[in-house]
Amino acid sequence: MASTQTESTTLGMPATAANLKSQRVAFGVMLAFFAIAPFFVYPVLLMKVMCFALFACAFNLLIGYGGLLSFGHAMYFGAAGYVCAHAAKVWGVTPEIAILLGTAASALLGVLTGLLAIRRQGIYFAMITLALAQMIYFFCIQAPFTGGEDGIQAVPRGKLFGMIDLANVTAMYALVFVVFVAGFLLIYRIIHSPFGNVLKAIREHEPRALSLGYDTDRYKVLAFVLSASLAGLAGATKALVFQLASLTDVHWTMSGEVILMTLLGGLGTVFGPVVGALIIVGMENYLAQLGAYVTAAQGAIFVVCVLAFRRGVIGELGRVLKTSL
Amino acid sequence: MDTIFGVPIQALFGQLLIGLINGSFYALLSLGLAVIFGLLNIINFTHGAQYMMGAFCAYFLSTKLGIGYWWSLLLAPIAIGAIGIVIERLMLSRLYQLDHLYGLLLTFGLALIIQGSFTHEYGTSGIPYPMPSELSGGQNLGFMFLPNYRAWVIVASLVICVATWFVIEKTKLGSYLRAATENPALVQAFGINVPRMITLTYGFGVALAAFAGVMAAPIYQVNPLMGVNLIIVVFAVVVIGGMGSIMGSIVTGFGLGVIEGLTKVFYPEASNTVIFVIMAIVLMWRPAGLFGQR
Repeated sequence: MASTQTESTTLGMPATAANLKSQRVAFGVMLAFFAIAPFFVYPVLLMKVMCFALFACAFNLLIGYGGLLSFGHAMYFGAAGYVCAHAAKVWGVTPEIAILLGTAASALLGVLTGLLAIRRQGIYFAMITLALAQMIYFFCIQAPFTGGEDGIQAVPRGKLFGMIDLANVTAMYALVFVVFVAGFLLIYRIIHSPFGNVLKAIREHEPRALSLGYDTDRYKVLAFVLSASLAGLAGATKALVFQLASLTDVHWTMSGEVILMTLLGGLGTVFGPVVGALIIVGMENYLAQLGAYVTAAQGAIFVVCVLAFRRGVIGELGRVLKTSL
Repeated sequence: MDTIFGVPIQALFGQLLIGLINGSFYALLSLGLAVIFGLLNIINFTHGAQYMMGAFCAYFLSTKLGIGYWWSLLLAPIAIGAIGIVIERLMLSRLYQLDHLYGLLLTFGLALIIQGSFTHEYGTSGIPYPMPSELSGGQNLGFMFLPNYRAWVIVASLVICVATWFVIEKTKLGSYLRAATENPALVQAFGINVPRMITLTYGFGVALAAFAGVMAAPIYQVNPLMGVNLIIVVFAVVVIGGMGSIMGSIVTGFGLGVIEGLTKVFYPEASNTVIFVIMAIVLMWRPAGLFGQR
């Protein structure tokens, strides 16, 4: 992150053969987990975990590899949800089209906000994204099609490709699974592409990357738009799963939550955001009766992570196993 | 002379007054943020929560100890500032060697803890806090009615803002502060205790937030969520003004409050978002902010 030192020694590690092997194993474990878990755990909860895992991975693409801390990622997650829900309910399009429309809306929003936000660095970048997201939040309260406080309720899941009925939990689970894995693999590919390497160079030392002839602003905007689109993909999918698009998903607390998931799992690790999403969504589910104390608990996790656990779960695991996960 | 641009003159001045009141709080809070940022290089996300704690402190002083508004105005900033000093010593001081974003994340976490606990205890409905009896009533200015308390808020925050500006820009202590902002290692070498200065500066910035909170209590009621939405607007104010200058944050704070008030008169739908729109325009035209240097 930026030019000062971070503790994540694994961050800059090249993809050596040993790392590649451990990442393949971890990927296999993750696939197996999400394939077997629905037999033991409530599937809707797991679908929520996968949506948030994709959201956190998209966010991690920006902070972990681009060094850009966005405090407003809820706007892409929530806006895509609204567009997807509106398209599915009012226009009556098939679910895959609704998800794509939601993702496209987030991409567009990402271009507009990204071009503004990258004009400042570091702390200002975080404040600008937060303020822009708050603007979108107020827009969503007032806009006629979002349903204000009620949100868009009873969104039909519809028939995938006009054939597969998503009211069936297994079919819905399979769709979320495919979306999540595809998004995850795309992010993995981006991180390990030449583009991803330039991004890491910008994170480490932007003036140097600039002097090497890279148009750093273009790279940053592209990373921003990719991250926003994938966050939108997660948000749109979540809207279909819960058949609901609401203000919760555009609120700043959601932006905070995705930061927390990524931080807890491990900034700049491939699998960290997934683990972080699993822990936080699980915690919220089981501690729901504590009411506002859940917020306080999240805050406490933030404080502990920042003070004593900056590598996160997967970062620490990678350090113990001497590999990069 | 009853309408201006088709707007009743009463409504216009009424919103202008509300704008100035909001502007007072924007100015006080962004001033505190700027002072803290100058020396610590940390954006204090807890600022909104500390503003809320200031209001709650006044409420506790009045219900538990029977201490009135005026003493609260002095005691609450001291108490909350002291808590701020503890936070700085125990937590923030461990992060100065790291990326500044960690400071933002830590203070965000602290804000969540404070806010979550207060919400759990006191709900979100808001608790009324009485106006000091000396300032009840108001003046009839002919074209509008000016409540005394609101006039006091505007004057008091202006005085505090200008006093802070004076201390930082015109006194010996302020010159140490500014020097430490530029080059802490060098100032330390001259025998000035920079870490203690940093701690006290954080305490002072927090105390400013608590002061604003006490002043806000009779107007907005005491509510665990009173600081949250405010702090995001104040962030936008800070981006617009740029954190380079103290006077800049004061002027931007009051100015944006007034603009927001006027928007409520002429185009109410945009009153929530106008400050964010202005931020976007300023970013396109002058990324460093109106008063900032890169």
